Amino acid sequence: MTTENTTATAEQPESPEPPESKPSFARLFGRYLIEANSVMVTVYSLLLAFAIGAVLLIVSDEQVRSSYGYFFARPSDALGGSWNLIYSSYMDLFQGAILNFNTLERFQAGNADFGDLLRPLSETLTNATPLIFTGLAVGLAFRAGLFNIGAQGQMIFGMLGALVIGFSLNVPAIVHIPLAILAGAVAGGLFGAVPGVLKATTGAHEVISSIMLNNIAALFLVWALSTKFIHSETRSELVSKPVRDSAELPALLGWLNPSLRVNLAIVVGVAVAVGVWWLLTKSTFGYRIRAVGFNGPASATAGMSVGRTYATTMGAAGALAGLAGAALALGTGSGGVNTATVLEYGFDGITVALLGRANPAGIVVSALLFGALKAGALSAQPDVPVDISTLLQATIVLFIAAPALVKAILRLRTPRGGLVTLEAKGW
Amino acid sequence: MSKETKLAVKQYRLAVAGVAATGVFALSACGAAPDEDDSDSDGGNNADASFLACMITDSGGVDDKSFNESSWQGMLDAAEENSDIEVEYKESSADTDYDPNLRSAVDDGCDFIVGVGGLMTENVNTVAGENPDIPFATVDGFSEVENVYSIQFDTAQSAFLAGYVAAAQTESGTVATWGGMKIPPVTIFMDGFAEGIAYHNEAKGTDVELLGWDEEAQDGTFLNDFEDTAGGKSTSETFISQGADIIFPVAGPAGIGALTAASEADGVNAIWVDTDGYESTEFGDVLITSAEKGLAAAVTDSVLAAYDGDVTGSYVGTLANDGVGIAPYHDFEDAVSDETKTEVEDLKQAIIDGEVTVESPASPAAE
Repeated sequence: MTTENTTATAEQPESPEPPESKPSFARLFGRYLIEANSVMVTVYSLLLAFAIGAVLLIVSDEQVRSSYGYFFARPSDALGGSWNLIYSSYMDLFQGAILNFNTLERFQAGNADFGDLLRPLSETLTNATPLIFTGLAVGLAFRAGLFNIGAQGQMIFGMLGALVIGFSLNVPAIVHIPLAILAGAVAGGLFGAVPGVLKATTGAHEVISSIMLNNIAALFLVWALSTKFIHSETRSELVSKPVRDSAELPALLGWLNPSLRVNLAIVVGVAVAVGVWWLLTKSTFGYRIRAVGFNGPASATAGMSVGRTYATTMGAAGALAGLAGAALALGTGSGGVNTATVLEYGFDGITVALLGRANPAGIVVSALLFGALKAGALSAQPDVPVDISTLLQATIVLFIAAPALVKAILRLRTPRGGLVTLEAKGW
Repeated sequence: MSKETKLAVKQYRLAVAGVAATGVFALSACGAAPDEDDSDSDGGNNADASFLACMITDSGGVDDKSFNESSWQGMLDAAEENSDIEVEYKESSADTDYDPNLRSAVDDGCDFIVGVGGLMTENVNTVAGENPDIPFATVDGFSEVENVYSIQFDTAQSAFLAGYVAAAQTESGTVATWGGMKIPPVTIFMDGFAEGIAYHNEAKGTDVELLGWDEEAQDGTFLNDFEDTAGGKSTSETFISQGADIIFPVAGPAGIGALTAASEADGVNAIWVDTDGYESTEFGDVLITSAEKGLAAAVTDSVLAAYDGDVTGSYVGTLANDGVGIAPYHDFEDAVSDETKTEVEDLKQAIIDGEVTVESPASPAAE
């Protein structure tokens, strides 16, 4: 070893590039690409997920699968068929989420208006809206070292709060909409604060209590819908009264085409994301959240009240999830809410927050991605199995959560600071 | 073990695994290639057809062994009958999916769009209003929009017969029903079932009790879900523990839970809805009969009519036009007495002739 070292040192003056000189940008970039840093792990997670999705598409397609049965007799069938299947499936997803080429053709021929062209994008944004809120709800709690699994329940309470104000008040839209949205945030916030307060006062773990509170919220919703106050007056099934027109969030592009569902909530969502960013980086409260998340005991020593931070952070997170519920209750095109209205947006918020690495901008982007996947999968039926969007989401997050796996599969280098895993420190 | 040997062993293992994998693949991939023009693998779906008929399912999916599946079968039958018709479906997982699915069917260039499920009727009306040139159909719902064809069923009639059979067959004197959701297409079955039992009680002097539905109050037991088979099972078990020995689940796929519960309990049987459960489920041995709803045939007819450009107005399936009916007894052929069988046949005729009327608030309005 020593000899080698000496030789290397001896040879150094002759080498064309002295090691002190800065490596070229291309080289740095190349090294960045093969390093398991957080950006590249995200990119590779997406690629790997789409690759696994492709394999499953092949396996689940009977015709292509059977063509592998005679692979050696005519490989072109299997390979060509697989390629066509993968290409057309992902193309279908794209067309359902971004731009439909059939509609484009009809538009160019004058058979469709501009609004028809925007419909896939409108669907993507519509699906992404609740995910932005629930993603922020989980992400904000992450920053304080809390794992908020209760976004689903907080969203349900937010939905009920906005709904009740939405149908019971009779005031002009300019007052009604903000009030209803506020009611959603307050209801979600109060419900969200419960696990935080429990943790601060009794030490009960927020994961356990927020999971359990989800069930309470779901069953409360069933009961609430059946009460005379909330139950629809015209329909017999379990559905609420519709909100008044004055509380309905206006469709942003309704003037272009009534089928464009995207509404004001997406604007609120982006604004709130900016607000959360400001809160986290510029405000005292945000500083406290991050300090407690980084090191609770140290923050306590520095004079911060860790317990109060837990309670207020969970309350704020609950308010964010409540906004998702408000967006659903006041969203256009529904004659009241039922138990299926909330879908799984609260749980999907966890995956959104993980993919966005608890960073408001990242959360908006990943909510848009998941919204696009949902819109694409819905419209690509029946050629593409509708479960593909859930599957891709799950696979992406699996890789994001396990950077070591991505590193091992692709033989990436360890970045200088070590692998970055996002984790709640409250365990 | 030194580093080199370890590496060698690792590589050796890798090689063996690789060879094995290749071998398996090679063995399984040695089949003969089919003829180039072999394109008939799409299950009666005609890829080159000029007419595209599309169906939007309610939650539950096309393999729900119930109304979505029957409707899809009707679509496939239409494609089978007329090779110029291609059919496709889109599944909805929640009611928020109805609008995008209906609109994406319009975007796909569908020439006829069938919305399955009464919950979708309003959405069908909206999208049909936006596309007045495309004919639509709504199954289990009534629409007054001009280009929407309503397909409805007076299933109170078939459920009436099923209720009569249940009252004749029960040994414990208690039967039960429960619904997926409190919506007219579900409660109509429960009304008919209750009336069939009441009719038997009156005609035969029996005192059979029905759990799970109070026709007078129009209220009963509902799962609020069409897919929750576990919930269906526990609901049924509750009824069984209260003495019910015949269960009549009106809940699409969630009803499978009742069949599981019946097959696990001693001496408990069930009656299925929508399709002949003996054919469509795996629980034929506990199914006395089924209150059928001729969805498939009605959907097929509407698709064929749409192809001819002649789909307007509405359709109500009744016992008279065979739109609804009671399924064969299959395994219970011997258990059901000849007397009951004749009475059921007579009742059926009496309903057709209007001598016996089955009235449900949920009955579709006559044409």
